[in-house]
Amino acid sequence: MAGESNIRTALSNPAGWQSLLSFSILALAYLAAFSSRLFAVIRFESIIHEFDPWFNYRSTHHLVNYGFYNFLNWFDERAWYPLGRIVGGTVYPGLMVTAGTIHWLLNSLHITVHIRDVCVFLAPTFSGLTSIATYLLTKELWSQGAGLLAACFIAIVPGYISRSVAGSYDNEGIAIFALLFTYFLWVKSVKTGSIFWAGCTALAYFYMVSAWGGYVYIINLIPLHVFVLLLMGRFSYRIFVAYCAFFILGLLLSMQIPFVGFQPIRTSEHMASAGVFALLIAYGFLKYLHTHLSSLTKSEMRSLFFFAVAASAAAVLMAVVYLTYAGYVAPWSGRFYSLYDTGYAKIHIPIIASVSEHQPTTWVSFFFDLHVLVCTFPAGVWFCIKKINDERVFIVLYAISASYFAGVMVRLMLTLTPVVCILSAIAFSNVLERYLVDDTPKVHHIEDESEDDEEGDKRNKSKDLYDKVTKTAGKVRKIRHEPSGEPESLGGNVKTIVVMAVMMILMMFAVHCTWVTSNAYSSPSVVLASYNHDGSRNILDDFREAYYWLRQNTDDHSRVMSWWDYGYQIAGMANRTTLVDNNTWNNSHIALVGKAMSSNETRAYEIMKALDVDYVLVIFGGVIGYSGDDINKFLWMVRIAEGEHPKEIREGDYFTPQGEFRVDKAGSKTLLNCLMYKLCYYRFGEMQLDFRTPPGFDRTRNVEIGNKDISFQHLEEAYTTEHWLVRIYKVKKQDNRVRLDHTVRKTDIKPKTKFTSRKSGKRKRGFIKNKMLIKKGKRPSSKNKKPSRKTSSKK
Amino acid sequence: MATSQANVFTVVSKFYDEYVTTTPQRLKIIDAYLAYIMLTGIFQFGYCLLVGTFPFNSFLSGFISCVASFVLAVCLRVQVNPQNRKDFLHISPERAFADFVFAHIILHLVVMNFIG
Repeated sequence: MAGESNIRTALSNPAGWQSLLSFSILALAYLAAFSSRLFAVIRFESIIHEFDPWFNYRSTHHLVNYGFYNFLNWFDERAWYPLGRIVGGTVYPGLMVTAGTIHWLLNSLHITVHIRDVCVFLAPTFSGLTSIATYLLTKELWSQGAGLLAACFIAIVPGYISRSVAGSYDNEGIAIFALLFTYFLWVKSVKTGSIFWAGCTALAYFYMVSAWGGYVYIINLIPLHVFVLLLMGRFSYRIFVAYCAFFILGLLLSMQIPFVGFQPIRTSEHMASAGVFALLIAYGFLKYLHTHLSSLTKSEMRSLFFFAVAASAAAVLMAVVYLTYAGYVAPWSGRFYSLYDTGYAKIHIPIIASVSEHQPTTWVSFFFDLHVLVCTFPAGVWFCIKKINDERVFIVLYAISASYFAGVMVRLMLTLTPVVCILSAIAFSNVLERYLVDDTPKVHHIEDESEDDEEGDKRNKSKDLYDKVTKTAGKVRKIRHEPSGEPESLGGNVKTIVVMAVMMILMMFAVHCTWVTSNAYSSPSVVLASYNHDGSRNILDDFREAYYWLRQNTDDHSRVMSWWDYGYQIAGMANRTTLVDNNTWNNSHIALVGKAMSSNETRAYEIMKALDVDYVLVIFGGVIGYSGDDINKFLWMVRIAEGEHPKEIREGDYFTPQGEFRVDKAGSKTLLNCLMYKLCYYRFGEMQLDFRTPPGFDRTRNVEIGNKDISFQHLEEAYTTEHWLVRIYKVKKQDNRVRLDHTVRKTDIKPKTKFTSRKSGKRKRGFIKNKMLIKKGKRPSSKNKKPSRKTSSKK
Repeated sequence: MATSQANVFTVVSKFYDEYVTTTPQRLKIIDAYLAYIMLTGIFQFGYCLLVGTFPFNSFLSGFISCVASFVLAVCLRVQVNPQNRKDFLHISPERAFADFVFAHIILHLVVMNFIG
């Protein structure tokens, strides 16, 4: 009896149910995040995607094989051919160390996983952890219900998935987790004012610094938050303790990463944090004096106090400006300055401007990446401003700055996504709170809301896996409860309609996210797939075909020249030395390669000889209509080359007189004779793709090419893949004897007689000139004036 | 001129008297520790100005360790001060000291790594 009542009380314990529900919802969110990112692995295979991840994979491979210290001190002589690359000092090691640690841990437990699989599945694992970090952060900001909604949103939102699918082994996969975890710990430190939480924030910040260059965002947003709190008059000793402890420990920790080095005390990007630190110490000290000198009149003290604070702020600012002017502190680097002045990169640093991820964001990508969340996000901001406190100031500042940056660069949509998820979750949570239950006790309320989320999430998860749209009427009716019977301002019908509408919006959100993930963000980029009329799949594996040809048929020390996009893939898959790769740290070297591609063959051969190039690789999409090929990127090569060699390369030469870029007969002569054109279209003029189009019809540009008669003097074709996508050429050694290129000399000496040949086709018997005819008994005829030497003897 | 100077002097002497009488023993110990750390920091910086910054990481690690010890002790003082009780409701002085020790462990591990 007693046992039964015990069980009954245990089962009806609301706190127990609450934590069970939270735990199960978070576990489901983790699973949804993980499985939603597996489309590419299921459709193709477990392979590293894109370009940058190949370098990260190669470094992790080196780390696993040679150990941590050899990785930190690694000098890579197979990249940037004559120069080499100091990998240990120019890479953020967090990603490689994380993957290496997981690999070591699993192998020491005798779960033998290959490092490639660890790398491929690292990003989905960390995305699940990101949703848990988002839950924690939103719980600190608002409530547990909002936290669960935010976790579910960020698990499937496309803006984050785009950089963290399985196979996309890149810094952002772990950096967003580190970012949100650091922000959660910072909000916790501000709320409690404890040095412990500030120390933990500093440790999480250290992990973020090791993971991504975007840590600059944290070290500027947190000081901005403190500064705005000071301006709002919300100073308290909690903020003082939290920020001072975090700053000083974070500063020291961030300098441990070799790539960051001494930058935190030398560059403008970090000066804001130091300035706010000085200001905060001054403010705290003055406040301490204020409390002690209470004997003086209040108004006099207050004005003195304000004057002192303003003076110290001005002093700090002057000091920073002076240091920047005197050269002790470096000014803003190009990458970050171009976020402020968007026209800067196009003029001064064309490489930054040419990256497709650095282009401004279009309105379409906002909706594509965030769906309905981008509409409810301003509502969340408004709710936070309405019920303001110290930590909500932080999230509002994060929202404003992230919106600005996301508008400047497509790549930074990634930093906007978490704050949009958090604030939309707050907005939805408010709506559901108001319309689900109004006046019943709080315990009941959270249970209903969590149950709601669980059902919603279960349905979302099943949508992820089976990818179909179903009607929701039956499900909604099951969870809706009857109103408690008390008179309320809104009738039960209105509440039902609103709740149903919100549920339908959330369902459509889940469907949209899965569709976007499946169609837009799950392509490995190394393997291309197209679908025929009957739905069967046609796989184009040309890239790997070419790289493996290079790997198996060329000498180990040969050097491959290609445009910088493919450098990491060549180094990773073909294992050959490259000239330039995606790191793009040396603009002049890339400009040399660009100049070689844009000049005619003779000039290009000189450059290739100087750089010891053995093979040249180009991507050509004219046969299959692939639009990311080198001819479409060609103008960027010209621009970058023009930036360094303006006298030899001029962008205007490659356009027609009317200003168009054309590859057919009307194209400019410089373009039709440059090396890139010849490499792409060699022997393409003989190829007729189908009977409707003439031979040499370029499917990507939809024109017939202008120069079909291409021959090389110094190069020969080594390999062309099945669909002509990748073309590899071998650079021949110089000829032994250089052909002299001169015209036949013309003189005005005329020959005396015109020589006519006696040789004719008819078979004639030969005869002797001026032969004497002697008949026996007769005198020689007087015709013969000249005595011939030979007398005929007709005896 | 004289009145303002007199004002400054009276203010400072008043402040000193009030400080000596009203601050508890604990805070005075922490203040003495703060003064010692500041002296150490000044000496380090003076040495750097004299001799130069050659192993820059060593200079930085030493100097920042002084600054960090100073800052952490100031934070401890703020948390332990009974006048600030309303700001730190959930943090007892013992907890404050434990956090202080935790932060120092992190600080010294990093300084040992950085000092080169």
